[in-house]
Amino acid sequence: MKILVCIKQVPDMESKFRINGAGTWYDESDLAWRINEYDEYAVEQGVRLKEQVADAELVVLSIGPDRVKEVIKKALAMGGDRGVHVKDDAAFAKDSFEIASIVAEYAQKESFDVIFTGMQSQDRASAQVGVYLAEMLGLPSVSTIVDFSYADGTVTASRELEGGLKAVVKVATPALFTCQLGLNTPRYPTLPNIMKAKKKELLTVEVAELLKVDERVETSRVYFPERKGGGLVLEGDVGEMADRLIALLKEKTTVL
Amino acid sequence: MKTLLVGEYRKGQLRDSCYELIAFAEKLGADSTLFLVGSPTDLPRTDGTLYLADVAKYGEFNPEAHKQLLLDVVAREQPDAVVFSHSSYGWDLAPRLALALKAAQISEVVDVVDGSFVVPSCNSKLRREVKAKTAVSVITVQVGAFNPGEPSGTPTVVALDTDAVGSLEFVGYETAEKGGVDLTKAEIIVSAGRGIGKKDNVELIARLAEALGGEYAASRPVVDAEWVEHNRQVGSTGQSVSPKLYLACGISGAVQHLAGMKRSEYVVAINTDRDAPIGEVADVLVVADLLQFVPVLTEKIKAL
Repeated sequence: MKILVCIKQVPDMESKFRINGAGTWYDESDLAWRINEYDEYAVEQGVRLKEQVADAELVVLSIGPDRVKEVIKKALAMGGDRGVHVKDDAAFAKDSFEIASIVAEYAQKESFDVIFTGMQSQDRASAQVGVYLAEMLGLPSVSTIVDFSYADGTVTASRELEGGLKAVVKVATPALFTCQLGLNTPRYPTLPNIMKAKKKELLTVEVAELLKVDERVETSRVYFPERKGGGLVLEGDVGEMADRLIALLKEKTTVL
Repeated sequence: MKTLLVGEYRKGQLRDSCYELIAFAEKLGADSTLFLVGSPTDLPRTDGTLYLADVAKYGEFNPEAHKQLLLDVVAREQPDAVVFSHSSYGWDLAPRLALALKAAQISEVVDVVDGSFVVPSCNSKLRREVKAKTAVSVITVQVGAFNPGEPSGTPTVVALDTDAVGSLEFVGYETAEKGGVDLTKAEIIVSAGRGIGKKDNVELIARLAEALGGEYAASRPVVDAEWVEHNRQVGSTGQSVSPKLYLACGISGAVQHLAGMKRSEYVVAINTDRDAPIGEVADVLVVADLLQFVPVLTEKIKAL
């Protein structure tokens, strides 16, 4: 079985973001980068599936500048077999359609039985790439899964819906799954596995070799949301703020 | 401009979100037509054309058949935009349709400014203005972003049919375990976010809730970490609450969380980050480390 996991490197969302010079995205300097949280669940599910079936290979793919090799190496240390880095210093400017097309172009060269992606990235949050990729490859897809089990070429997965409801579906492989938070508990790479990962194959492909489409969505402007105003901000001594808050609750609400 | 609005059915019932789609189309000044895989027994209360496929035949989750039904309507109506809710149904189906139509997809629209669509990024810390570069676009609108009016009217139903067969087998629905906690009826909710740091600190939140005579709750990351049980989760995948007081402790304010608590009457946020998106909806933002502030507040409330 061949398994593909697509991952993205994103900034820590607690970062102080600044807007880039062109006003079209955040400034990428001085940020702490990490693996997109949703993709971490995708990697873990890929590794678990690989461990379950005999004779499986797990490929990890990421698009971006050289720094994204860090997240590929982390995924290899979690249990991936080899990495593919699609080198693209301008990945941030590409829309979901272009990103999915790049991955599809690569994935067509190898026939994957199961593909995992995160259900969305934490920065763009469009929730498009995984489903796009499946459609481009002509594969069935199940989005937003919170449960996954595989037996004899069939996957039973739970999709998370709204309000605590889940939908259980079955699908035959090859198929693609987009992973929701809580799907599993992603493992921490152990030191020996981190050392082993350094020796694993990490192929670099230039994006120009894989990008054959034009963008369909254009970003004109990125900015900080305006404060709607009206909200009161308390700062300073903890005890004084607590007194102030209690006074406000007595004045403005009926709960105290 | 002409829009095709895609309503949703869940467990045999129309979801109210279709009225938000109507509000969005009105904001665009568009003529709209509705599409629904549903049942004639529960139709949207609105005038105009409704293309209806029978949910008993096609199911609520059968994306390939739903896509084909939609493509048939798009061919007949030639809309400029097809609009979904940014929900589990919408974000599953929208990219399938967008690709088939060679259309741009724009996700999670919260506003329309001068013909550009505004979408949040980075946990709502940033806003992006985007435009489709294709003639037809597929849009998902954020749940709760466009306030519907009072629904009224009767649609003119046009029945739909297709031979398309999906490759997924729908097995059934599962409901999350129900505990004794009904947050929807709580008047006071103290809610813990990722900022609580570790499981032991849930106790601080529970104690404050007890002192206030309310319930404690949590945002998704806290539930996923299994620090708090799922039946106390507030947000689009948890419960939607409307208490008199909502105290958000260490919650940054991801859109999915805001969707579940925005009907709260009075919102107090405790956060070390003055710029956290929760500040957008808070009546009072206490800039503080909750581990220091919450115990002090709890003692002072107990002493009242």
